[in-house]
Amino acid sequence: MNRQIVLPLAAVAVLALVPWAGSPFYTELVTKVMILAIFTMSLDLLVGCTGLISFGHAAFFGLGAYAYALLAPKEEAASLWLTLAAAIGLSASAAAVIGALVLRTRGIYFIMATLAFAQMFYFVFHDTDFGGGSDGITVNLRPQASIGMWSGIDLGNSVQFFYAILTLLGATFAFLRKLLASPLGYALKGIKVNEHRMRSLGYPVFGYKLASFTIAGTLAGLAGYLSGVQSGFANPELLSWQQSGNVLVMLILGGSGTLYGAIGGAFAFSLLEEAYSAISVHWQLMLGLTIIALVLVLPGGLGGWVARLVMAPAEEHADDD
Amino acid sequence: MDIGTFFIQLLNSVQYGLLLFLVASGLTLIFGIMGIINLAHGSFYMVGAYMAFSLTSLTGNLATAIALGVILSVALGILLEWALFARLYRRDHLQQVLLTYGLVLVFEELRSIIVGNDVHGVAIPAVFSGSIQLSDTLSYPVYRLFISAVCLALAAGLYLLIKKTRLGMVIRAGSANREMVQSLGFNIKLVYRLVFALGVALAAFAGMIAAPVSSVYPGMGTQVLIVCFVVVVIGGIGSVSGAMVAAMLIGLTDTFGKVMFPQWAGAGIYILMAAILLWRPEGLFRRI
Repeated sequence: MNRQIVLPLAAVAVLALVPWAGSPFYTELVTKVMILAIFTMSLDLLVGCTGLISFGHAAFFGLGAYAYALLAPKEEAASLWLTLAAAIGLSASAAAVIGALVLRTRGIYFIMATLAFAQMFYFVFHDTDFGGGSDGITVNLRPQASIGMWSGIDLGNSVQFFYAILTLLGATFAFLRKLLASPLGYALKGIKVNEHRMRSLGYPVFGYKLASFTIAGTLAGLAGYLSGVQSGFANPELLSWQQSGNVLVMLILGGSGTLYGAIGGAFAFSLLEEAYSAISVHWQLMLGLTIIALVLVLPGGLGGWVARLVMAPAEEHADDD
Repeated sequence: MDIGTFFIQLLNSVQYGLLLFLVASGLTLIFGIMGIINLAHGSFYMVGAYMAFSLTSLTGNLATAIALGVILSVALGILLEWALFARLYRRDHLQQVLLTYGLVLVFEELRSIIVGNDVHGVAIPAVFSGSIQLSDTLSYPVYRLFISAVCLALAAGLYLLIKKTRLGMVIRAGSANREMVQSLGFNIKLVYRLVFALGVALAAFAGMIAAPVSSVYPGMGTQVLIVCFVVVVIGGIGSVSGAMVAAMLIGLTDTFGKVMFPQWAGAGIYILMAAILLWRPEGLFRRI
């Protein structure tokens, strides 16, 4: 059977077992990691597939969370559809505007320009009062997902919430896979490999890069929204450069360019954090040493290794005539 | 703002800018010449400050502490380059980011284990502890002027090194074309090791000399790191003179920003960087 379909389905099946196998703590934890995986995949579209390294991706993540927190009423549950649409709309517009400005730069300057805009957003939320300042905003009730008469799923139930997130993770993965297999996806890969050649072939390179940046930012906003829903708060730290750094590290750890790497990196990083912090209060030392060892030993990241298992047979024969 | 306050803030800007320059010059050299993005550079600053604290407690004298600290940081730089960074030259930027991120975690935690997480102060040496009277009501600490003077002297020394010595010539050439320099017979590996050790020593020295005025606290490494990247990018990667101009701009923007627009002060330097990058996408200057 086609490996490209079997492996993702198998992974989904394994994940689907989590709420039955472990305690509610693990259900919540894996939900959190799945949301991070969506965030990391959105960055993979930018970094791994278009070759644009962004150090400000957390800005869109934070915007999604704040959109939810700002719109959620104090005493009752927010409407899922309204707040979700708002979060996606907000992060998409922000990504389009910031992208249009930031894509004038290249290389390390692009990295720093993305950082600059993310820091501006951070300080706006941190230093002014409209977003609750450095404390952020708390939301007490999960949104309700009803449409008309049908009451929808209960997002307050952690098991139902888990499956909702699992579905979204699968949907994001499928969407990105389809995107990357489309003409747009191939154009982005071409841009990553050799931008000048693409331009000389007549491709509107800026437009393609902007499209990639906007889609990536929108998906990050989705992840941020889900994070806000799960944790019930939004604070400026979600927009910090440390958060941008964390997601970049997760992506590189897992291996960029293959969506599996993004998911794998998010899981590996979070699970390493959990495991090490259970062992010692100085877990950051162990995590740091592990990361250094991984870089020295596995240049392609963990996911690069997995991707070679899954994708290689299909691509090896791509040029056969 | 009256002229006295303005003058004091100007002096503060210059002092802050010069300190930033010391740290950022190391970063821009390492990036420009060796092509390595080093997220751990801020940690060297932190290590310097904590060394100043511990060595001063040990020896009782800040000057001896600094002298010892410089020797230790050069040794640290040589060791790190030999053990880790020498393997990063052929790797792409993402791998460097990841490895140096891990290094930051290691440094922070080692510091936590060895010295703890407390905030410490370092006493200003008695000979510099006075103030200069600027007017009837305003005075300025002598030690801050001393910091600026020392940083200026080091900056001049760095300029002479890069523009007027053979080593400086090799460094500049290596930044333009590494392979050519190697094929001309220069021991580029030794040059890299020296440049890296120099960068580490400059950052650590800045931390040491700033410790009495900025105090010694756990987050200081990451804080200075992010500002240094801004300096390097505004100035242009690999350009030491660019780093000086940029550091001064940042010093002025940050200091006067905090005084005049407290609510926007945090974002100030990033707005400056965004504006400059939109005007000059490759920084103000390009090479050394």
